Amino acid sequence: MTTTSVSKGCFVFKPSAKVKKRKLDAEDYFTNGSEDCENSKERFRLCQDMLDKMKSETELVQDELNKMILDSLLEFIRKSATSFLSREDDWASHMRASEIPTAALVLGVNVNDHDMTFQSLSDRLQQSVTPFVVSVQAKECTVVRHLLQKVLQRLMGMSVSMNEDEEEGSTDVPQKRVHCSLRALCDWYKTVSKKPSGISPGKKRSSSEMEFPAHPPIILIFKDLEAFSPRVLQDLILICSQYTQELPLLFIFGIATSPSTIQRMLPHSVTSLLCIKLFQSSSCTQHLATVIDKLVLTSQFLFKPSGKVLQVLVGLFLYHDFSVCNFIKGFKLSMLEHFHSQPLSVLCCKKEDALARAERLSHQEVERVRQLPSFMRYVEEQEPQEQVELLTNDEHVKEVCQKLLKSLRKYHKNYFPILRCLHELTASLPKYPLGKQIRELHVTCLERKVWETEEYETALQLLRLLAKDELVSVLHKCIEILNPGKTKKIREALRQLQDFTAKFQQLDACTDSSAVEMHTEGGEGDTASGHSLQKKTDLFHLQKTLLQMKESCRTKKRSPFELLRNQAVEYIDGLVRMHLTPPESQPLYEVCYYTSSGTLRRHLNATPRTSIQTALSHPYYYLQNEALRSEAGAISSAAPDICIAYKLHLECGRLINLYDWLEAYTTVVSAAKSDSPDPSEKGKVDEVRHARFIRAVSELEFLGFVKSTKQKTDHVARLTWGGC
Amino acid sequence: MVACQSEIMSPQKRNKDSGVLEVRFVADAEVLDHIVDKQEGVKVVKNSVQKLVTLKSPEENGKAGDEEDQDVFDEQHYVEALGTAAEGAENGSAGTGGSAVFTFQNIKRSNKMAQMASEWARTPGKSVTFSTPDAPDEVTSPPRAAKRQASQNKTPQKGKKVQFVSTTPHRLRKRLSAPNLKSDSDSDFSPSNSEEEEEDEDDNTEEKRAVTEVAPKTPSKAAAAALYKTPAKRAKNTPEPNLVEEYFEAHSSSKVLTSDRTLQRLQTPRLDQETLCRLLDGKPSCYADEIGQLNEDHEKHFSKWMLQLQLGFSVLLYGLGSKRQLLESFRTSMLSDSVHLVINGFFPSITLKSVLNDITGEVLDHSGSFRTPMDQMDFIIRALREDPDFHVYLIIHNIDGPMLRGEKTQQTLGQLASIPNMHLLASIDHINAPLVWDQSKMSLFNWLWYETTTYLPYVEETSYENSLLVQQSGALALSSLTHVLRSLTPNARGIFRLLAEFQLENKDNPTYTGLSFQDFYQRCREAFLVNSDITLRTQLTEFRDHKLIRTKKGADGVEYLLIPVDVGTLTDFLEKETE
Repeated sequence: MTTTSVSKGCFVFKPSAKVKKRKLDAEDYFTNGSEDCENSKERFRLCQDMLDKMKSETELVQDELNKMILDSLLEFIRKSATSFLSREDDWASHMRASEIPTAALVLGVNVNDHDMTFQSLSDRLQQSVTPFVVSVQAKECTVVRHLLQKVLQRLMGMSVSMNEDEEEGSTDVPQKRVHCSLRALCDWYKTVSKKPSGISPGKKRSSSEMEFPAHPPIILIFKDLEAFSPRVLQDLILICSQYTQELPLLFIFGIATSPSTIQRMLPHSVTSLLCIKLFQSSSCTQHLATVIDKLVLTSQFLFKPSGKVLQVLVGLFLYHDFSVCNFIKGFKLSMLEHFHSQPLSVLCCKKEDALARAERLSHQEVERVRQLPSFMRYVEEQEPQEQVELLTNDEHVKEVCQKLLKSLRKYHKNYFPILRCLHELTASLPKYPLGKQIRELHVTCLERKVWETEEYETALQLLRLLAKDELVSVLHKCIEILNPGKTKKIREALRQLQDFTAKFQQLDACTDSSAVEMHTEGGEGDTASGHSLQKKTDLFHLQKTLLQMKESCRTKKRSPFELLRNQAVEYIDGLVRMHLTPPESQPLYEVCYYTSSGTLRRHLNATPRTSIQTALSHPYYYLQNEALRSEAGAISSAAPDICIAYKLHLECGRLINLYDWLEAYTTVVSAAKSDSPDPSEKGKVDEVRHARFIRAVSELEFLGFVKSTKQKTDHVARLTWGGC
Repeated sequence: MVACQSEIMSPQKRNKDSGVLEVRFVADAEVLDHIVDKQEGVKVVKNSVQKLVTLKSPEENGKAGDEEDQDVFDEQHYVEALGTAAEGAENGSAGTGGSAVFTFQNIKRSNKMAQMASEWARTPGKSVTFSTPDAPDEVTSPPRAAKRQASQNKTPQKGKKVQFVSTTPHRLRKRLSAPNLKSDSDSDFSPSNSEEEEEDEDDNTEEKRAVTEVAPKTPSKAAAAALYKTPAKRAKNTPEPNLVEEYFEAHSSSKVLTSDRTLQRLQTPRLDQETLCRLLDGKPSCYADEIGQLNEDHEKHFSKWMLQLQLGFSVLLYGLGSKRQLLESFRTSMLSDSVHLVINGFFPSITLKSVLNDITGEVLDHSGSFRTPMDQMDFIIRALREDPDFHVYLIIHNIDGPMLRGEKTQQTLGQLASIPNMHLLASIDHINAPLVWDQSKMSLFNWLWYETTTYLPYVEETSYENSLLVQQSGALALSSLTHVLRSLTPNARGIFRLLAEFQLENKDNPTYTGLSFQDFYQRCREAFLVNSDITLRTQLTEFRDHKLIRTKKGADGVEYLLIPVDVGTLTDFLEKETE
């Protein structure tokens, strides 16, 4: 069956029922195309595990972040719900009662992530406050009628499905053609809110529902307030305000931009009917920082993105969408790519499994290990005897692999605590020489030796100038970070830092006495030199004195605090040099690190237009034929037709004369064929060339470079700017 | 940084004045452009610098003899190095940077294209740089001079409208516009003639071309220019940055200078579709081997695509060349055992409704109908959620097709794609295609982009296009129907509707020739659509102008009205209208 037709654009294919083959699943496609089936199956399982773990981690992060705001939101809703119940007949509550309690939830511009938040919000509401939660989106409600219809349908439809198992068909809520009005909703609400008391408590499903108060509120969530038409909202609010006495309605507005949108969308007469409380969710950058913290900056999570990969992902986040979801998607993709493309990623698993797996490496896999650049570097560093052994003896390689995997593991365990410490130390320095966010520092450390950078130098210099209380407080923070002390080295570092803080505290005690004399001494020196400066006006002498002063400064005895401070900074520097080496220096780092940032960028942030234009102007880039080779900015006349037509059209202004174009095209093409065009035969164009030209032009039209125009006969309009 | 760079980029030029070294001033920015344009990778930057250095040294030695060959050779190396480095460098997905793609409009001369083509043709088999500065004497190339004469004769008639157009080549003018040549820089404007009548356009361009030829010969440029100078232009005399100048020059005139020749000059002005197909089919495609190689490379990704589809991504193919064959072979090789839909987005009468109907009707075996697409979507989502092991694959050729571009359509497609067991593969071709998705749609689709440049001709895709060059068969696409109708008054729409309905009622009647005018008038009156037969005639004239209807004189001399559209399209159209 073909998929071309002049009357149909959509074709359905169903496999014939007889040939029911086993359906292939993701695992089969993963293993497809690789020679080592077992290996890739293992990798797929690992990848799957990792993905699941990541999913649960990120959900956890999301929940924790939203916890605060959702809790306060729930509190607000409970309060307003109870106020509806305990309403007395006094005047004040009457006044308040005509207002609809509204929570304005400011969520930020990362619209893609909002769904997650709303999902967890409505889940929690349904669990603890009320079963009647309806979320609506702007695109489903263009007029009030639709909006009401949606609300009623969802509320009543839900109640129908809830009661179904209890009494089949006896629910008399007419589902299909209810007259859509709030009156109907009121009637329905009365019947429903009475019911719970009538239901016998023995029912299973009612066990959770029984916790709800007698009159659970009806909550309407407007997911994207900005997208709603103001008229619809106004009408709805006006209508609803008439029913506040009978219906405990509650609104939640999801706002992406700023709370002032409410004022902009709704006139005062309408907003006065709402009792708005504002809730601000945590920013998406904070969210991202937490996610990175959980996924990247931990030795628990074995898969690691390289510095470039992380930069690509963070760049996409910062410059494109602020969407944490997309970041996670990118992370997921890089993980998939890693396990798919790197056969040795089988070793990227838990310690025991990895060691056991290293034991079982096949010959082919050992060969792969030998070809790893990091392993080759490692081999080169060994003794010649050992080198021979490593290159010939498989068993030996396996043993070494186990050793190296262990040391890689250790490296990570040391790396992250020290990284956090360094960040803690430098994050409060002026101008943030090593970046405000820990991820920036992490990327720097992954890319190169951090202690060789200028920024690190300035950071250390600034550290050497820190006041005591500041230094002590950051040291304390570092101690907190290191505290669990997982490895020997970390415990050692922890002990040293504790030593330092103790010494600083000791200083406190002894400096009280020495400080005074130090101070007077320094003061004297100052006045003396100042005095001598004033006396001498000769330039030569001035220079000399200044040099002397400098010399004296250098040799001047430092205070014990300064000495200690320098020691502490030296020690931290030593820690950094020892533990924050880039992962490239670790043998077998390829097992855990995914480095192909280009692939990632190509798949997530593609540039289709650049690709098309490259293909048009430099066909050699794709078609490696010698005839197409040309200098930059030029094109061979033997290029495909569409390339020639494209290049010619670049020479034109807004309008292109088709005849001229055709003429130019034939000139070029016939030159390529090296049969000279006959100039005497005017208007005669070889049919095939004509046809090829027609095709090239219509393809350019299809791609959107030109379009036909009526401005002038036989002209097309150019739709792009710029030339070659 | 100020770099003195010899003209290494144009071998043409050097061939002409061999041995004469030309040193020109190159600003920092240009050098940077030169380096940065090529590649972002550090590696490449290093490379290009090295090459520049090696190029320079032989030239400075001043051996004029064989060094040219050496240079050309070196240049090849240079480009090669760039090419390979680009492939090697991780980010090098494409050879051109953004600055090459998105530039300002610059001034174009009417005869530039032909000139370049002839230049190109003069060196057959060899590639030609386009940046070659055109020497002034080349403006009047011999083969075109004769044609010019004809147009020149016309000029005196409308002498008062003679306008000055500078033909000084662009490069030259750049040099001339240096401050010390102020008098010459007066000629640096092109006249704005936007106030002129539309019908004068053709004559004007004639004249402009005539002047184009005359202008360089006039000795007192400034005097000629002064005649037409407006006060506002005078203020422009101060030397400005070139980019700004160019921009305004390019936009100063609303008229475009193109020649008046039409396709009527050809012996066969327009080929019809059949001839076109016949001509193109016989011809073997050039570079078939390389293209085949490219496609084989793409086909290696098939199982990876399946994997990624399974994991919830959607795959999007882009790049030059038709991706239909590639997707077809994917379909036949990977999807033969599963339920899948193929949607031709380039098909001019495709509607979202037909897609959804096919999903509910044929895939989910649901016989009922739905009130709104929204309901239908809800149904699909529910049905697929109930059966998570039932996978449906959607293949959309050209998801950026004209009928699928609508905001709502894309939204719905995105919703389809976000169903866990609905998998979407699509292709795009239009250069601005990514603009149809905003961030939220992007996240619904969850695209993974794959560059699949195939260089295959868009045979199927362009066959529906109404090209100027192809003889029209008079077939109308649904999209044009709806678009024209949307701009009409409700009454006019009603009139058209009446006709369409009548035609549909008679669709089974083979002898149906159309609705007679009198009948039609009667019906329109009954429906309160027109009040006189003149109103109806005016309306019909408008329809006819838009090729919405065709009139035929019957045997009895009565006019019969007919919509020249096939039944399916008309039904679709009426359905769309009633929505």
